[in-house]
Amino acid sequence: MKDLAINGDNAVALAWKQIDPDVCAAYPITPQTIIVEKFSEYVANGDVGTEFVCVESEHSALTVCTSSCSAGARTFTATSSQGLAYMWEMLPIASAMRTPIVMAVANRAVSGPININNDHGDVMSARDTGWIQIFAENVQEAYDNAIMAPRIAEHPDVQLPIMTNLDGFIITHAVERMTPLDDTIVKDFVGEFKPFKPLLDYKNPISHGLMDGPNFYYEHKYQMVQAMEKAFKVIEDVFTEFAKISGRKYKVVESYMCDDADYVAVVLGSSYGTMKEAVDTLRDKGKKVGVCMPRIMRPWPSKYLTKILGGKKGVAVMDKHLSVGAYGPLYPEVVATMSQHDEMPKITNYIYGLGGKDVKVSEFMNVFEDMEKEKSKTINYLGVKE
Amino acid sequence: MSSKSIKDLTKLPVRLTSGHRLCAGCAEGIIARQVLMATEKPVVVASATGCFEVSTSVYPFSSWNVPWIHTAFPNAASTCAGVEAAYQGLKRKGKIKDDIKFVAFGGDGGTYDIGFQALSGAAERGQNLMYVCFNNEAYMNTGIQRSGATGFGASTTTSPIGKAQNGKKEYPKDLTMIMAAHDIPYVANVSPHNWKDLISKCEKGFECGGPAFINAISPCPRGWRLSSKETISMAKLSVETCVWPLYEVENGVYTLTAESKRIADGTTQKKPITEWFKAQGRYKHMLKPENAELVTQVQEEVDRKWDKLIKLSKL
Repeated sequence: MKDLAINGDNAVALAWKQIDPDVCAAYPITPQTIIVEKFSEYVANGDVGTEFVCVESEHSALTVCTSSCSAGARTFTATSSQGLAYMWEMLPIASAMRTPIVMAVANRAVSGPININNDHGDVMSARDTGWIQIFAENVQEAYDNAIMAPRIAEHPDVQLPIMTNLDGFIITHAVERMTPLDDTIVKDFVGEFKPFKPLLDYKNPISHGLMDGPNFYYEHKYQMVQAMEKAFKVIEDVFTEFAKISGRKYKVVESYMCDDADYVAVVLGSSYGTMKEAVDTLRDKGKKVGVCMPRIMRPWPSKYLTKILGGKKGVAVMDKHLSVGAYGPLYPEVVATMSQHDEMPKITNYIYGLGGKDVKVSEFMNVFEDMEKEKSKTINYLGVKE
Repeated sequence: MSSKSIKDLTKLPVRLTSGHRLCAGCAEGIIARQVLMATEKPVVVASATGCFEVSTSVYPFSSWNVPWIHTAFPNAASTCAGVEAAYQGLKRKGKIKDDIKFVAFGGDGGTYDIGFQALSGAAERGQNLMYVCFNNEAYMNTGIQRSGATGFGASTTTSPIGKAQNGKKEYPKDLTMIMAAHDIPYVANVSPHNWKDLISKCEKGFECGGPAFINAISPCPRGWRLSSKETISMAKLSVETCVWPLYEVENGVYTLTAESKRIADGTTQKKPITEWFKAQGRYKHMLKPENAELVTQVQEEVDRKWDKLIKLSKL
């Protein structure tokens, strides 16, 4: 197919159209709404055979998805911010019931104060719920992730739901050049959904969602831990296979100019591009700096990060969310990861971009300067007006 | 009326097995078995969190011989709706061919209160499922707390009797009427004492081609302070006192049925509310002389609603 000028939401909707899921249940919320609007057009025009359920709330959206997936249907949804918060009760239920739902999350700040712009408050507040979480730097990656997501989630070794994250407005609404895949290539790549013991197989009746006492609850959680560990190989295999059909090869942790770098920043999502710009500018000045992006946040890619960050002089962990009264969510995880390494770098935390606060390349350059001059505090609030 | 005799019913496959952990005398198992006798087609069951769910599904056991799903408390309707959506999507793609029925069970807390939004949404969307409320008039699984279905004056653990209060201070919301106002194809009140009426209504509900709502009075020996042998007689008394009229709303047409029809005809007499109060420990304070005025108020409210129903049935 020819390249398109398309925004992230429409790119996700296009991927869904090509996949043609059996069920989609969703509720409108900015900045995700374009996905379900566009997908509704595909339904209205008969481009897909999907049963589209216009639910009355996000709680019902994820409930419908959980039971639909349990019933044996490939099921997609999308949400953002308050919507994800309203779904929260169902997030760990969906994962514990081992339903490989695909959910696009247009990352947006969580109220209050109410704010519709981008940060990672929504997805980070859902990180302990047993979902795989994958991030995108740009529109192309948002599209590619949407196509790879069902392959990862539905793999028999995984069977966990997956959030495909795209930064609100920065990716959801910005029009970029994107190279889509042919419909048949996507269909062949994604393949048929083969549900495990589906509810609708009424001749072999099975009970889904039983109550666990203390003898089984912990064990069922541990099975999810094992599935998350196995997910790394599945993800790498899917990335390799996807490279064959697209020419685009992804890594569990992306890195840029990190090999010989003394100072490295860790970022998620669209900021990876901004940070690469800062790195290029500093490299021109002879500074040995680099940046990496964990494409996968859950399962947490410890061993991949260790290889990149081990032996560096300084690491700045960039968080678009914070636990008020503690740190950003990525920071303790990077510290815990690197504490196992013989050459632990000095690791500092930078909070930035909350509620859509604009971040300039020059501000990101200052992060490296801080590290070099040992001016970084343990936790730094980039760009805040005190 | 259902063409099935009680002999026919005994020959139907057992869908909810014995050995579940519901209390002795609990009406919920009785109602569920009657509901599931109302269709011989394949059926998938969804349950809200509550007594009925925990008593039939403690891992690694299950009392269910049919596909059964539970996800959470406020969403039996959307849980059932999701299975039905999967059925529609897979049927459209030719992956399923059989005719399958869908039924959701929730208690009154999970239906009148926290689950109402999901129920209303599923009804508005026209999802082809039947929702059955076990109305035992309080949150029994958590220990008898008042709900939007609890009757005026009932003593519960969150509407106790005290020096300043005589049990619950409010009347229940009329959920059956509210569901009828959704203009769905079928809505009915049922009671487990009249299995023929209950099964006949559920047969209609299963085959109405869209959302159906069945509200079942479900006496709870524990919460109502009854002996476990009084379940069925108490269900009957709820109808005889017109606290729980038996009627159906089929495509907007109201019809009184069974004992309620006979009361409206004048064939039998409506029993006074005092019969209802004196039969149950949760209401025993209502019959104290100082509460006579409250009893009169409740009787007037029962009469007002009963008269309204008679008028609707004659339209």
